[in-house]
Amino acid sequence: MLDTPTTQSQPMTATAVTAGTPVLEIRKLTKFFGGLRAVNDFNIAVHPGELAGLIGPNGAGKTTVFNMISGLYMPSGGEIVLQGQDIAGLEPFEVTRMGVGRTFQNIRLFSNLTVLDNVRIAYHMHAGYSMIDAIMRNRKFDAKERELTERAQDFLAIFKLERIQNELAKNLPYGEQRRVEIARALASNPRLLLLDEPAAGMNPGEIVTLMELIHFVKDRFGLTILLIEHQMRFVMGICQRITVMDFGEVIARGTPKEIQENPQVIEAYLGKGAAHA
Amino acid sequence: MDINPVFLLVTLIKIVAVIAWIYGLLRVVGHASKWVKIGGIIVAFLIVQLAISVPIGSSPILSNFDSGLLFQACTMTMVALGLNLIYGFNGQFSLGQWGFYGIGAYAAADITYRWDNYDAAGLLVAGLGVVLVGLVILMLNRILSRMRGIPVLSAFTLYLIGVIVAGAVALFIGAAIGQALTPLFGTEEAPGFLASALMAQVVFFLAVLIAGVFAAEVSFLFGLPVLTLGSDYFGIATLGFSIVINTLMVNSDTILPFPEMKGGRGMVGIPKVTNWFWAFLFLLLVIIVMRNIVHSSTGRAVMSVREDETASKAMGINVANYKLLSFVVGSLFAGIGGGVYAHYIGFLSPGTFDFLVGFNPLIIIVFGGLGSMTGTIVASFGWIFFLEGLLRVILGQMGTEAPTWRFVLYPITLLLMMLLRPQGLLGTVEWGFLRQREVKPRSREESNTVPVSIGAAPAAK
Repeated sequence: MLDTPTTQSQPMTATAVTAGTPVLEIRKLTKFFGGLRAVNDFNIAVHPGELAGLIGPNGAGKTTVFNMISGLYMPSGGEIVLQGQDIAGLEPFEVTRMGVGRTFQNIRLFSNLTVLDNVRIAYHMHAGYSMIDAIMRNRKFDAKERELTERAQDFLAIFKLERIQNELAKNLPYGEQRRVEIARALASNPRLLLLDEPAAGMNPGEIVTLMELIHFVKDRFGLTILLIEHQMRFVMGICQRITVMDFGEVIARGTPKEIQENPQVIEAYLGKGAAHA
Repeated sequence: MDINPVFLLVTLIKIVAVIAWIYGLLRVVGHASKWVKIGGIIVAFLIVQLAISVPIGSSPILSNFDSGLLFQACTMTMVALGLNLIYGFNGQFSLGQWGFYGIGAYAAADITYRWDNYDAAGLLVAGLGVVLVGLVILMLNRILSRMRGIPVLSAFTLYLIGVIVAGAVALFIGAAIGQALTPLFGTEEAPGFLASALMAQVVFFLAVLIAGVFAAEVSFLFGLPVLTLGSDYFGIATLGFSIVINTLMVNSDTILPFPEMKGGRGMVGIPKVTNWFWAFLFLLLVIIVMRNIVHSSTGRAVMSVREDETASKAMGINVANYKLLSFVVGSLFAGIGGGVYAHYIGFLSPGTFDFLVGFNPLIIIVFGGLGSMTGTIVASFGWIFFLEGLLRVILGQMGTEAPTWRFVLYPITLLLMMLLRPQGLLGTVEWGFLRQREVKPRSREESNTVPVSIGAAPAAK
């Protein structure tokens, strides 16, 4: 029981991903909303085990990129290659099944369901029994349902949420809702985790805990993480490489130190002339 | 204007007794022991059976009028539970439930009517038809799910062609076999094997199931393109569906090839086969299937669509499929309810399936609480017994036109309900069998076996 979440029967660890091939490679990704070019010629490569950051001022197109990766938006052009397969234009549920988990900028929990059910829903695609089994309440249903519940509880235990598992998600405080959302995204058993502003609305103490948590799940589940964040302290403290976007285009990429010193980035955030001030 | 206080009191006691009976039934069905479960169901069945059949003094405890309400309440429960799955659990606002109820009623009635008139073709064509259509739909679904990027209207066209072909084959074969079976009915004087009372019951059972599946298949074809519309537009489209079905019923003898349905004059001569055994059986079946779906991974997926479609997509759930699934299952329940109703009342008129009456199940599920199965069942029985039973009689005593006031009192009751208890009569409370088994948080010792110390655990891979 101890390490059930890590020994799931998915082939995710079996796929031979050498350190050289990126988990996610995006080439020339473009998105138009009518005449507005929200994302233009966006390129990024995220390597296995990496913790990459995507930052930029409001409206730079970061969330649009996330929505295209997870299939919620149809790209106007370009390629999104996940472990050698082009996933651009797939349905969101297909993308999730291929190993992309995500959280949302404004928390999107299933508010009127319990914490446990929220996590169990992420297991739905691996539930292993059909509706007919459920109607018949046969042995297969009992066994699989118990297994699924135990796995979900393992996740809740990792996130210290087991004591509130029967609370409705909407009744939780903000910080716990964030943790439930991350637990839920992890329960869908991703290879690549997309975190959209995980630290939004958290106080400095909570941010430190969250940073530890992200490091922990990354190591524990062998994840590759791409995250969007506005809190500079958080991004600079956690990301190995950062890509900066402004007006739908990449304006800089590099290590946190390089980004901090990049005049273009400073200009994008603080306005023209600020870099020399 | 004189209201008989004894009548008032007795009716109120009856309503309370019916609700207590529902509570008891749900408790015993949910009992852990198999024997208590089976015994309890039989007792629950017998209590009502005795109450409607054994006369005490001049009439049984539940008079003919009361048992009529009881049967109406049973069918209403099936229809409303189906609608609750669609609207309450899946979040798709549908006004088409009454249409599927009507489809079920007319389909089942036509099969048994034909059988009663020594025509086996009705049963064979319909039975073969729903089976073949079901197979075609499943097969096409298999094929289409492997392909990507097929527009929904193309898929719909494919399904439609498949269904028409399957239907034509069923019509051809069914009619031929039906013709061949006619001698087995015998004559009026010497009824053959097929005309026996036992066969009438079997045919009724099959007819109700076929009617349910037929309604479900219609809902599949209708829902496939229409469920892609947003929620409000879906509601309007389903309202349109109800009206179309009603118009078809009014003209069933002219533009549809069913002279026995007699169009707007109403279909008469449907064998009254529904007894308490059948009503109870189908009610129990619907409740059990509904509960087993809701409290499973499928049910959770259905509910996640209601809560947040985007998040549910991101959790790997095929949202379009689950909308269709709950719509089809909901219509299946409505079709079964329709079949049971038709054989209780013995007379079908398009007026019964008017879309205005079709708001009743909607009012009932809102009244009972969206997403509460117990609430729906209690509200269905309460609604029929209180408003149709008590209020109608009392108003009837006040004047010949007074019962019309019901249609003023319904909305007022609903308005008060929305203001005073927006979550519905019972909120999210479920009784006995319908309650979700709560998973206990694991004890501290168990939890401690999982490394929870953040940052300290080694990489597991």
